[in-house]
Amino acid sequence: MTTPLLSLRRLSKAYPGVVANDDVSLEIGRGEIHALLGENGAGKSTLVKMIYGLVKPDSGNMQLNEAVFTPKDPRTARASGVGMVFQHFSLFDALTVAENIALGMEDAPAMSQLAARIREVSENYGLPLSPDRIVGDLSAGEQQRVEIIRCLLQDPKLLIMDEPTSVLTPQEVAVLFETLNKLRAEGTAILYISHKLEEIRTLCDTATILRLGKVVGTCVPADTTARDMAEMMVGTTLKTPKRSGSEPGEVILKLDQLSLPPASAFGMPLREISLSLRKGEILGIGGVAGNGQDELLGSLSGETRASVGMIEYKSRDMADMGPNARRKIGLLSAPEERLGHAAAPDMSLIENAMLTGATREGLEKGGMLNWSAAGDFADRIIEAFDVRTPSAANAARSLSGGNLQKFVIGREVLQRPEVFVVNQPTWGVDASAAAAIRQALLDLAKSGAALIVISQDLDELMEISDWFAALNEGRLSQPRPAIGLTVEEIGLMLGGAHDLETAHV
Amino acid sequence: MIRFEKRPQPSRLSSLATPLLAVMATMVFGGFLFAVLGKDPVQSIVTIFWEPLFGEFAFYYRPQLLIKGAPLVLIAIGLALGFKAGVWNIGAEGQYIMGAIFGAGVGLAFYPTESFWVFPLMILAGAFGGWMWATIPAILKVKFGTNEILVSLMLVYVAEQFLASMSLGLLKNPEGFGFPGSRNLQQYASAHNTDIIAGSGMHWGVVAALIAVIFAYVLLARHRLGFAIRVTGEAPRAARFGGVNPSRLILFCLGISGMLAGLAGMFEVSGPAGQITIDFNVGYGFTAIIVAFLGRLHPIGIMFAGLLMALTYIGGDIAQSQLQLPAAAIQVFQGMLLFFLLAFDLLTNYRVRIGSSEFPT
Repeated sequence: MTTPLLSLRRLSKAYPGVVANDDVSLEIGRGEIHALLGENGAGKSTLVKMIYGLVKPDSGNMQLNEAVFTPKDPRTARASGVGMVFQHFSLFDALTVAENIALGMEDAPAMSQLAARIREVSENYGLPLSPDRIVGDLSAGEQQRVEIIRCLLQDPKLLIMDEPTSVLTPQEVAVLFETLNKLRAEGTAILYISHKLEEIRTLCDTATILRLGKVVGTCVPADTTARDMAEMMVGTTLKTPKRSGSEPGEVILKLDQLSLPPASAFGMPLREISLSLRKGEILGIGGVAGNGQDELLGSLSGETRASVGMIEYKSRDMADMGPNARRKIGLLSAPEERLGHAAAPDMSLIENAMLTGATREGLEKGGMLNWSAAGDFADRIIEAFDVRTPSAANAARSLSGGNLQKFVIGREVLQRPEVFVVNQPTWGVDASAAAAIRQALLDLAKSGAALIVISQDLDELMEISDWFAALNEGRLSQPRPAIGLTVEEIGLMLGGAHDLETAHV
Repeated sequence: MIRFEKRPQPSRLSSLATPLLAVMATMVFGGFLFAVLGKDPVQSIVTIFWEPLFGEFAFYYRPQLLIKGAPLVLIAIGLALGFKAGVWNIGAEGQYIMGAIFGAGVGLAFYPTESFWVFPLMILAGAFGGWMWATIPAILKVKFGTNEILVSLMLVYVAEQFLASMSLGLLKNPEGFGFPGSRNLQQYASAHNTDIIAGSGMHWGVVAALIAVIFAYVLLARHRLGFAIRVTGEAPRAARFGGVNPSRLILFCLGISGMLAGLAGMFEVSGPAGQITIDFNVGYGFTAIIVAFLGRLHPIGIMFAGLLMALTYIGGDIAQSQLQLPAAAIQVFQGMLLFFLLAFDLLTNYRVRIGSSEFPT
């Protein structure tokens, strides 16, 4: 066998109070797609940050092309042929594709030359993208292409991709995989971080699994079941959430031609959304981010008001009801953005419990707030949802993303909603906590509540929903029974106006 | 390389220590400034901070502390409520003027009727004047999205013109031999904001300031509205999600700060100042901005900050007359206080890291 392109030997990195990477060794060959698997906090990010020059290892060494590799910053890493596509894009909405790419380059060529190069690369790799388009108008999948092309222009030998498919439709995923396969054929190595096991099984050659900063196993994904990989990741046997299977009750929430203008220049309008939801049902709404999910949640939570006749809950019109009036009668919600929307980052968990719990939990009397009751409520959430925090007095910002998510979901679930609308319930949450959250949602439905679960994780939606609908460009497809839907059918429901062509190589 | 790293939790110790550090740094650098001007630095600092409290003429200066501190605290409390919610009322000086004009106007309208009801009516009128003046930027912001900083600031200059017009016209003392300015309310018993304990400086404005401190403290710590103010300042989207109506909050915050500034103006005109004159306002409305921040936007902190600021005013006056320090040097000295406070403030939320250029995870 030939020598590997990149080899990591006994890398360790510790932060105060936590060992992020402990004696990690790894080899990636030329033209290999190597999966890096692990729960949140397993040390995947720290490891790739070391390769990309963002973090210096405490001990151990790295070799690239048989030479010692010690990148001191991302610029030297890029110069040595390492490119990285982050999960969160760093693009300017108001600039064009070409301008965005030029901003990230050390010595950008003239704009016309650059545009020609972008066209060339995008055609070669089957990533349809026009250099003159404004980034704010692009879909998430297209924005990702901008990031990928930005890397490819540097001609990388190793491409690191962090959760690349989390924002894509199945069709867009197919386009991406074609591209990655072509890169592999050309000899580019790819380090692929993901928690979607089926994807890894179809795409990757080898996989390294991290748990608590240590390598706990390697495998050939094609020969290993998804369940085995998941259990290696978690270290225990996974509990699959159990469905309730209860009979749906009467209609509790009805949307009739719900339409709202966009809130900002890059916002999405809601267009004639109609649905009816019965007690005990879970409606899963899929769709790529930015297609009206936030707007739909806002109109149901009461942050934005729809016109008379559009939203009817328990046979009452919601047009003149604000968030707290809706909470009072059992219509609760949990938005996607945890820091700054669902919770105030610099305020304690007690204050954040007060934020939505005041009315329904009786934490307020005649305008005066009862902080000790809020403290008890916060403690109950922490207890019931296994939120890891030193105390309820800690600021929301000091919790990890997954823990804060458990707190935010728990805060609403413990208020016994009759209708619960939640956006991205398990975003960034580790596998076992995600299973716990899904179970809590299923239990809620079993107790007779109706749920709308908005998510980009199709596996999640298929696991818990009774009905499935897709949100696209602010329009909602006709809900269909979730059982028996095929991936192709879902893809078509989601795809809508996005271009569906795969790479023409 | 020096970097600032955001703390996961704001440090409680440094949020208490910051004002003290700022005062000490101001003394050190202020002393240096005075030394460059050829004055004895130690003597200058002692004159400013010691003389008014414990010096030979302290019996005269101590009441002054209350007289100058009360309007600062009263205005700063209102401003802090807005600042906490991210509503920037910079025009308290104008609201202070309008409160004084409305208050004095009502008093003068009853002249020379002596009645128990005159003074309470003047209080209501003063509060109304300030409230009305601050509600103008509030309504413009809510309805048209204008910037309250600019509108409230510009209304200060409108109020100053109005003040000049009043002292030369409508409210001019008919028995004043043609001099600009109104009748002196100190000579109209029913309208005079007199010392509650003679010679203590403790007039009704001081009582109002104390009530405002307690009111604001309870509001912020215990009331739904105070919580709405804090959440809005920390995370506006979360506040909306929590059911806060942003428009109503803007109207409340500007309204209450205008009202308190108006009260301060009314107590000043009916007490220490006595009459409406062209140069009635001396900048309390602007200095109160410094007081609000120096007090960390906390009611109790503002009370101490107001007294400290009053002290530098009085001490500064003494230093000017005794040591011939230029007035500008005193103003620089007061400015330093805010400057150092903001600089040290960084330490509350950020940690200084020297050396490694590593990114935090």
